[in-house]
Amino acid sequence: MNTEHIIPWLLGQEYPNTGVAGVPTLLLEHVLYVVVPLALAIAIALPIGLWVGHINRGGTLAINIANGGRAIPSLGIIIIAFIAFSAGFIPVYITLTAMAIPPILTNTYVGVREVDPEIRDAAAGMGLSGWDMLRRVEIPMALPVIMAGVRTSAVQVVATATLAAYIGLGGLGRPIFTGLAIGPQFNPDAKTLLVVACVLVAVLAVLTEQLLGLVERAVVPTGLVRREQQEQGGAPPRPVADADADADAARESHEQTTVGA
Amino acid sequence: MKVVLAQSGRPFPDWAWFNQANIERLQGLFIEHMQLTVLALFFGLLIALPLAVAAMRWRRLYNPLLNLTGVLFTIPSAALIIAMFAFLPIERFGLRLRTSVIALTIYTLLILFRNTVAGLDSVPRDVKEAATAMGFTPVRRLLRVEFPLALPVIIAGVRIAAVTTLGLVTITAFIGQGGFGQLFITGFQRQYTMEVAVGVVLSFALAILVDLALVGVERVLTPWSQSRGARA
Repeated sequence: MNTEHIIPWLLGQEYPNTGVAGVPTLLLEHVLYVVVPLALAIAIALPIGLWVGHINRGGTLAINIANGGRAIPSLGIIIIAFIAFSAGFIPVYITLTAMAIPPILTNTYVGVREVDPEIRDAAAGMGLSGWDMLRRVEIPMALPVIMAGVRTSAVQVVATATLAAYIGLGGLGRPIFTGLAIGPQFNPDAKTLLVVACVLVAVLAVLTEQLLGLVERAVVPTGLVRREQQEQGGAPPRPVADADADADAARESHEQTTVGA
Repeated sequence: MKVVLAQSGRPFPDWAWFNQANIERLQGLFIEHMQLTVLALFFGLLIALPLAVAAMRWRRLYNPLLNLTGVLFTIPSAALIIAMFAFLPIERFGLRLRTSVIALTIYTLLILFRNTVAGLDSVPRDVKEAATAMGFTPVRRLLRVEFPLALPVIIAGVRIAAVTTLGLVTITAFIGQGGFGQLFITGFQRQYTMEVAVGVVLSFALAILVDLALVGVERVLTPWSQSRGARA
């Protein structure tokens, strides 16, 4: 490995002899590939999930979408989007958004469904219904689970955005695939590029997860947190079970039910 | 419906892709795909089960282990797999199956560990005490009472780990394996949408089939849980 190139590269200089841009540029691109699809996915999946959860119809479909989404190979979809439609980033953005939707959709639905029926009753008794019920009771109570879904989705998009470099886009995957193509075993530059980029991607993914964990803590009402702590005081860890996996798994904040592929 | 795609000039769907050579290729790829998955699950269980038992016995271990496997799980697979390829000595690892298996195993750990602990935790205390009262030693109790009762949850974990791993195997195509994922790479290089599409459909179908098969396995291994009502 050629360590002398690493620091300049991290600071923004193009890596010599490889045509790979400096890390800040790559990072920016990568973040863009993550934030835009994620925001779109939230904008699409959240309302649908909330609605489906609120009216309690189409639940099996919502849950199975996540399961099916888990089985779809992201690399293949991205490549198809690229070949079959056109080069350029629009098809890839659409693909990334589509792949970010399932965890958010399922978790939103499950989160709303899991609101204690007694609480729903109490709210109805207080005169809340429909939109009010949703806004003041169901959404706040479902927030932990929803945020878990957003976190899962975010990590997944970070990972898939890495793959986008394979079909010619930018982002932190660029140095990985460039290094891979040159041949890391024989070329120290390639190895450096590759390993450092992999570490960066890993750090980015973990940071994203932690960051969203902080967001979750900021956003979820404190009363809920204390209530959860009381409930789970002596309770065993929640398993990640079958098709209702995301139902159980979604409850714990640190869970990821879908993998970063 | 034949659509000629401007990019490649090839029709889609191109059923002519399914010629003799390609079908043989598919067989080989299928075997590779299954090999990687089975090996990863095997080693994953080999590591996760003892870890889970340890976490049950020494509670303080649970959170650190959970966090560790959790962080490992967060690492994007492309990064981990390719980094392993570059880092491990090429003579003994490199393009061989073991490089991929190591990476794939790591991703199974979180799910298997967490589910095994949850399963073992779900065994009611009375049952464990009754077993001890009947004369079971802790080890035999573990093997003959706790594990069987924890089995549904453990197998649920194996199901998820299996589907996850099946998907991840396609990523190992970057280092020469990939199972059906190999079709993505070659299809991309030749701009052959049909090839990539075949890869996607087969990977997806395989994941669904394995999932269903494991549901069957769960039913067979735990006949006593059937009467307890619907649990998918």
